[in-house]
Amino acid sequence: MTEFPQNPSTVYYFGTCLSDMIYPEAGMAGIRLLQREGVEVIYPSRQSCCGQPAYNSGFPDEARAVALAQVDAFSGSNAPIVVPSGSCAGMMRIHYPLLFEHEPDYFRVKRFSERIFELTSFLRHSLNATYTDKGPPVTLTWHSSCHARREMVCTEDSKALLRQLANVTLVELENEHECCGFGGTFSVKRPEISAAMVKDKVRDIQNTGASAFITGDCGCMMNISGHMESRKNPISGHHIAEFILERIHG
Amino acid sequence: MDKPKKATFARAAARALADTQLRDNLRFATQSLRQKRLAVFDDPEATEALREIGSRIKARGLTRLPRLLEQLEARCQKNGIMVHWAETTEEANRIVLSIMEAHGARKVVKGKSMVSEEMHFNAFMKDHGKEALETDLGEFIIQLNNEPPSHIIVPAIHKNRKQIGKIFADKIPGTDYTEDTDILLATARRILREHYRTADIGLSGVNFAVAETGTLCLVENEGNGRMCTTVPPVHVALMGLEKVVETLDEVPPLYRLLCGSATGQRITTYFNMIKGPRQKGEKDGPKEVHLVILDNGRSRMLADPQLRQVLQCIRCGTCLNHCPVYTRIGGHAYNSTYPGPIGEILMPQLEGLDTKGELVFASSLCNACSEVCPVKIPIPELIRRMRNESYLKRGKGVIPGHGFKRNAVERVVWKGWRYSQTIPMLNWAMLKTLAIAGRILPNVGPLKAWTRVRTKPVFAKESLKQLTRQEGIRHE
Repeated sequence: MTEFPQNPSTVYYFGTCLSDMIYPEAGMAGIRLLQREGVEVIYPSRQSCCGQPAYNSGFPDEARAVALAQVDAFSGSNAPIVVPSGSCAGMMRIHYPLLFEHEPDYFRVKRFSERIFELTSFLRHSLNATYTDKGPPVTLTWHSSCHARREMVCTEDSKALLRQLANVTLVELENEHECCGFGGTFSVKRPEISAAMVKDKVRDIQNTGASAFITGDCGCMMNISGHMESRKNPISGHHIAEFILERIHG
Repeated sequence: MDKPKKATFARAAARALADTQLRDNLRFATQSLRQKRLAVFDDPEATEALREIGSRIKARGLTRLPRLLEQLEARCQKNGIMVHWAETTEEANRIVLSIMEAHGARKVVKGKSMVSEEMHFNAFMKDHGKEALETDLGEFIIQLNNEPPSHIIVPAIHKNRKQIGKIFADKIPGTDYTEDTDILLATARRILREHYRTADIGLSGVNFAVAETGTLCLVENEGNGRMCTTVPPVHVALMGLEKVVETLDEVPPLYRLLCGSATGQRITTYFNMIKGPRQKGEKDGPKEVHLVILDNGRSRMLADPQLRQVLQCIRCGTCLNHCPVYTRIGGHAYNSTYPGPIGEILMPQLEGLDTKGELVFASSLCNACSEVCPVKIPIPELIRRMRNESYLKRGKGVIPGHGFKRNAVERVVWKGWRYSQTIPMLNWAMLKTLAIAGRILPNVGPLKAWTRVRTKPVFAKESLKQLTRQEGIRHE
């Protein structure tokens, strides 16, 4: 079990590269949710990507170089590092030690990894965040990324935060356990299989009758929303941080 | 070398995806297998404890494998079982052929054996004028239709009742079309009974070979395994060398894991423990029992601490049932003895990355397989290892055929990516470029693959780095 630091005064924020390139508002919303709990948020400007694309594609040397750049960027103090993505958090918390298993930097990397927390788990367990819903009634569904579910095991935390929102009805997917077909470079290396997977995911989302789906991972969101948009499907996708922030501001 | 193979898997996958009947059959069957498994493994904590035990038994066995195999050989010989060692599948086939020839045998009835699939046993026997007949119902069906298995436990998983009815009507003379499974079963039984009676040799696989007692354990549901191993005068058992366990005590947890994971059963209908040929005074059983122990690259896998984990596999097939790729394309698209996640980490090791390497890219690394693997093989980690070896310089890897995918273009792309993610100035320049020129990126390469079913990603005008600075978030 992960041990969560209690009410830390300062945290670092790793925004993720997808948030940097495509979804900056989602990244920013995560920072606001942390600040709302009275925490000082530091954003190291030398941060970039967790390295997972290369790690999963057969280029471990490149992944290691990028991973070390993150370890260096966050070396100013031992403050916890909060990540608004189960997948990037899983990479940094679980896979970095494997990636550096036989490297001289192992212990430094391991200490870094132990400071990694997924945003919703951190809000729930370290900060005991509570929310008052100011938005209109809405029915939505939740999509869990595979690594949020199976590596960071933060899905229940994300849902617990959503359930605090009184006007939100959460309808669960029939196949919540199943991958949406993103898988990073998998989506472009095996596009035919990835397409079949995202189509099934969208059908599952549609079957819930929800007007929107919420997720904690920008990769899945880009994949699922991208497919919906191409089919002119009116269901919208939102990152959980951005969604909660919007609801509590009304 | 590389291109046509890539096209082959992609084409096969695309063909399978377009086959709506196949998609329905697979969805229905794999979902039902997943539900049955969950009904047996309904206590997560107890399941986890059992998986831990299973994993440790197999991992421990691998650390002392040569000793266990020698002990198994000695015990089996003491029990009257003749033990043969085969380094390659060709050798294994020759051994079985020579046993057949020594007995003037013409016909062999087979219980289900994935090692025999690995050996392409049926084709070899046919080439040598022998008749090899499958007796497992699923195997029987696909042999009628001249197809390879599409699943390691449920070989005809891709067929539904109606399709099977049609195969029976088309291929078995004097059989009318029916969807009635009782009638189909009775037909198969009638044919198989006759074959058991007239076969010269019975062939089987081995699920667990117990070193301390020289016992061969065979797990099955149809009784065909027992028929194959008791009715014909000679029984030949085939096993991969990783199937040995140290003690009888190790069998029950592994057996429970196997039944629960494979078919969602607490126990199978038949569990055979074979300890040798017919003894004096016994009225049935074969007069001769042979055990063929196959290496086929397994010793090489054993030598690498990471790669050897694939040898923990007990062939339950649950990783197939839980894989979002396998459950959509089925086994045939993999064009491999072992499909699905286990195939992705085993086939390249058996046949080389240069021949089977494309399989290791058929995964979104979602971890569904490792979540359910009864012996906790870290399949995604091994897939990553296979991918790493695919790009290694010749001579730098361990797996045969490594480096098959090495190419200048990808190397340059990933180098460029690395610099854009490690040098802050370059990262800034990349974000700026995407913000300005992102929307006019030409629709080629990966972007073309992406936009086949999705809109182009819209790059933000301002990156999170800029946004945080504007909003006064403390930078460091």
